[in-house]
Amino acid sequence: MKNCEAFIIGGSAGSLDVLLKVLPALHSLLSFPIIIVLHRKRGTDNVLTSLLSSKTELPVKEVEEKEKINRSTIYIAPSDYHLLIETNKTFSLDASEKINFSRPSIDVIFQSAAEVYHENLICLLLSGSNNDGIEGLKKVKENGGAALIQNPLSAAVAYMPEQAALHVNIDEVLEIEDIADYINELSK
Amino acid sequence: MTLDPAEKSDEQIEILLSDALEIYGYDFTGYSRASLKRRIMRLYVLDQFVSFAEFRYKIRTEPGYFKRFLEQITINVTEMFRDPEFYKTLRKEVLPKLGTYPFIRIWVAGCSTGEEAYSISIILKELNILKKSLIYATDINGAVVEKAARAMIPLNNMKQYSENYIASGGSGNFSDYYSANYTLAKLNDDLKAKIIFSTHNLVSENSFNEFQLILCRNVIIYFDRPLQLKVFELFDNSLEKFGYLALGSKETLDFSTVSKKYKRLDSQKIWRKII
Repeated sequence: MKNCEAFIIGGSAGSLDVLLKVLPALHSLLSFPIIIVLHRKRGTDNVLTSLLSSKTELPVKEVEEKEKINRSTIYIAPSDYHLLIETNKTFSLDASEKINFSRPSIDVIFQSAAEVYHENLICLLLSGSNNDGIEGLKKVKENGGAALIQNPLSAAVAYMPEQAALHVNIDEVLEIEDIADYINELSK
Repeated sequence: MTLDPAEKSDEQIEILLSDALEIYGYDFTGYSRASLKRRIMRLYVLDQFVSFAEFRYKIRTEPGYFKRFLEQITINVTEMFRDPEFYKTLRKEVLPKLGTYPFIRIWVAGCSTGEEAYSISIILKELNILKKSLIYATDINGAVVEKAARAMIPLNNMKQYSENYIASGGSGNFSDYYSANYTLAKLNDDLKAKIIFSTHNLVSENSFNEFQLILCRNVIIYFDRPLQLKVFELFDNSLEKFGYLALGSKETLDFSTVSKKYKRLDSQKIWRKII
């Protein structure tokens, strides 16, 4: 990892509570974007965006297709679309088949971002009950980026970060209360 | 100098796209790369190729395999009454206005396996205007168009579609519109009678009629901006004054050159041509 160009957070069951604790402690200016991909029911986008928005001074936006990715902004993947990143650092959406029973899939965003940001990418996998994100973290590592997980012991649902720890060479295991500091210190 | 894997595969994708154009006349060069690349890599793994050269050779030399390539890299995920609120707006606002016309022409561009066209057909029937309507349902992929024309849907999808139908303001019994046949639901013939299924490539083909409603939902997300602009011009040339253009929930006409001729409905991604 050289210089963080994007910080991507993937989460499933039990992840929203983590974000609600992390967001208020983030600095109001960051030198990179934060991209959040959460598994959830379709059609609940506005609720999630306004909820997260109320917890931080950073602008929180639900991604629009072809949107340019700006620093110091929190982007939320819309429900029912996969989120991908183009080489010109814009977002793309994709309504193809679910991956790991999920759309958006965490694997899809991690893999796509790994090919664009290479060693300047950090991906964090939070609480959850399925295998989504594991293949993605492998790809992040192959491309020189950093793979982080929430500590499974303190995760509401340990399975997802636990599986990541078993199958991927994880760079850091973070406690909920340490995540915001970790992100803030990456900012230049 | 050796290229790193990601850049090398980017270069290989470009080679395949220029082969597809040169040999088969299919132009994917205006497609968004991230998604397209994922589809192509997926096919490469699925069909167990061991080298790019082998993959390329098969695509170049076997038209039958190119057909599979085309079917696999285009995205054919669809649903009946997907986004129920959208269909509610069609039912309450858009189609009743078109119902005052003597004849209604609708184009479903990128119809995939037909679920959207059949959904429209059901609403038209419930509004008692199906008889004077004609739906043109087109897709780049001939295999899905053939499938659409068979009007058979996996039975285990029907529960979800029935929920969508009710949420979209459906006034009948959804189960009256099909008969169960082992694992498939066969949609009633009268729903199909007013649909013309055909292949059409938005990238390379021209306008073929004038419509009062064009639906093109979750198709242009796969196109880059210049191709999106081109397709919007095609739609503009194919739409009557006061006609409607409906896009997917994350798509927009806003940045396009034709947008000043359109006014968006408040709640949905539906634009009305006002000039």
